[in-house]
Amino acid sequence: MHWLFEPGFFSSHAVHVACVIGSIVAVVSGVVGVFTVVRGQSFAGHSLADVATAGGSGAFLVGISPLFGFVAGGVVGAGAMEMIGVRRARGRDLATGIVLGASIGLAALFLYLGTTRSSTTGASQQILFGSIFSTVSSTVPIVAVFSVVCLGIMALVHRPLLLSSVSTDMAAARGVPVRVVGLLYMLALALAVGLSSLAIGAILSTALLIGPAAIALRLTRRIGWAIVAACLCGVGAVLLGVLLAYDSYDWSSTHAYWPVSFFIVVIIFLGYLATELPFLRAARTPRRQGEPAAPGAGR
Amino acid sequence: MFAGYMINAWTVATIVAVIAGVVGFFVVLRGSAFPAHAIPNGAFAGAAGASLIGVNTLFGLGLFAVLAALGIGALGRRGRHDVVTALALVVMLALGAVFLSQTTEYEPEIFSLLFGEVLGVASNEIVPVAALGVTCIVAVLVLYRPLLLSSVAPDVAEVKGVSSQRMEMMFLLVVAVATAMTVPVVGALLIFSLMIGPPAAARSFTNRPPVAIALSVAIALATVWSAIAISFVTNWPIGFFVGAFGALSYAVGRAWATWRGTRTVRLEHSRALAQA
Repeated sequence: MHWLFEPGFFSSHAVHVACVIGSIVAVVSGVVGVFTVVRGQSFAGHSLADVATAGGSGAFLVGISPLFGFVAGGVVGAGAMEMIGVRRARGRDLATGIVLGASIGLAALFLYLGTTRSSTTGASQQILFGSIFSTVSSTVPIVAVFSVVCLGIMALVHRPLLLSSVSTDMAAARGVPVRVVGLLYMLALALAVGLSSLAIGAILSTALLIGPAAIALRLTRRIGWAIVAACLCGVGAVLLGVLLAYDSYDWSSTHAYWPVSFFIVVIIFLGYLATELPFLRAARTPRRQGEPAAPGAGR
Repeated sequence: MFAGYMINAWTVATIVAVIAGVVGFFVVLRGSAFPAHAIPNGAFAGAAGASLIGVNTLFGLGLFAVLAALGIGALGRRGRHDVVTALALVVMLALGAVFLSQTTEYEPEIFSLLFGEVLGVASNEIVPVAALGVTCIVAVLVLYRPLLLSSVAPDVAEVKGVSSQRMEMMFLLVVAVATAMTVPVVGALLIFSLMIGPPAAARSFTNRPPVAIALSVAIALATVWSAIAISFVTNWPIGFFVGAFGALSYAVGRAWATWRGTRTVRLEHSRALAQA
C-alpha cells in the first residue's frame, strides 16, 4: 500500500479539507451540470467562472471577503446573460460572449489596481487558477450552506426545467413560466460556479461542471441516473486527483507538488474519451418510451 | 503618445484590429463564441510551456492553438460541440497550470500573456505578426464564399458539395492562426472581446456581409486606437478599455437595431392604415 498512498496522506489536514470541499463541489456541479449539458449552455457555465473571478478580484481590491465578490459577480453576470439572452442558441452564446468580454476587461482593471496598490504577489494567479490545497477549512461551512441553497433551487425547478430544456414551446404551452424557470436555473448555475471557482479555481470549476455530466449523459439517457452517475464520476475524479497530486511530490527531483487540477482534469478527460469505447456506447441505444430522452446524450 | 517607442504599439494594434474584425465577423455569424474564447485561452498554456523550456513563445502559442483547433474539430464530430470545447479548454489550462507550477516565472509575465502588453512590443515582433496576419486574411478570402454559405445555410452548402465539417475545421484553424499572432500583443483574454464586440455591433447595423465586415474592422480599429490612447494617458490596462468599448459598441448596435425595428414597424403600420 505504501507505493499507492504516500506517508502522511490520511493524517494531512490539507488533504482532508481538499477531499471534503472537492466532493461537495463535485456533487453540486454534477447535479447542475447535467442540465447545463442538456441545455447546451457549457459556454455560460464556463464564462460564469471568469465573471465570478472579476467579482472576486473587485472584492479583493476594496478589501471585503472575496466570497461575496465571487457570488455577487456570478449572480449579476448570470442575470445580464439572461437579460440580453436571445432565444436561439447562437444568439445566447453571443450574449454570453459579450458579458464575458466586458467582465474580463473589468478583471484586468481590478487586478491591475489591486497589484499596484498593495503589491500582493501571486494574487492574480491565485484568483485565476486557485488551488484545492490552499482552501482554508473555514470556507467549508459557507460552501456547504450555499451548496444546499443551490441544490434546493434545483429540486424546486427540475421538472419544469427539464421540460423547457427539451422543448421550450411545449413547456410554454403547458403553462410553464419558461423565463422564470430559466432565470432560477441561471441563478443556481451562478451559485454553483461562483462557489466552485472560489474554492477550487476556475479551471476545475468548468471541468467538474461539464465533464462528469457529459460522461454520465453518454452512459445513460435517464436524467435521474445521469445525475447520480455525474456525481459519482465527479467525486471519484476529485478523490483520485487529490491522491495523485499528493503522491506527485516525489515524482520530480525538484520536489514540487504537481497541480491537483491537472490530475482531476486529465482523469475526467480520459473518462470522456473512454465513453467512445464500443462496449460503453452500446448502452446508448435510443429509448422509445418512458423517461424523456435527454437531447444532450451523444449526438 | 506618438513617440518612437509607441510606433510599434500602434502598428501591431492596427494589424490585430483588422484581423479580429474580419475573423470575428465569421465567429459571430457562426455562433462560434466559445471556440473563439477557448483557443486563445488554451494557447496561453502553450506560451507558458514554451517559456518553461526556453523557446520562442510564438511557437508554443501556435502549436497549442492549432492542437486546440484540431482537437475541437475532431472530437466535435462525435460529441456535442460546446461540451468538447469546454473539455479541450480545461485540459489545456490544466497543462498550463503544470507548466506554471514547474517554472519560477515572474508573475507580471503571466499577467501580460493573459491581459496583453501592447505598449511593450519590440520591433522584431512586428514581422511575424504581419506575416501571420496576411496568412489569415488570404485564408479568409480564399474560403469566403463556401465559408459564408456553410455558416448561413449548412444544408444548402452540403448539397452544393461544401462539407460543413471541413469548413468548421478550416475556420477553427483560421481562428488558431489569428490567435497565435494576437495573444502576445493584446493577451489571451482580450483578443476574444475584440473578436466578439465589434463584429456583433456591425451585424446590428447591416445585413450585407461585405459591408458588415468593413464596419466590423472600422469599429475594431476605433476600439483599439482609443483604448491605446486612453491607456497611455491614464496608465490603466489597455484590456479594460478594449473590453469596455467592445461591450459598449454592442449595446449601441442593439439600441440602434431596436430603434430601427420599432420605426419600420411604425412606418409599415401607418402605410397599412393609409391603404385601408
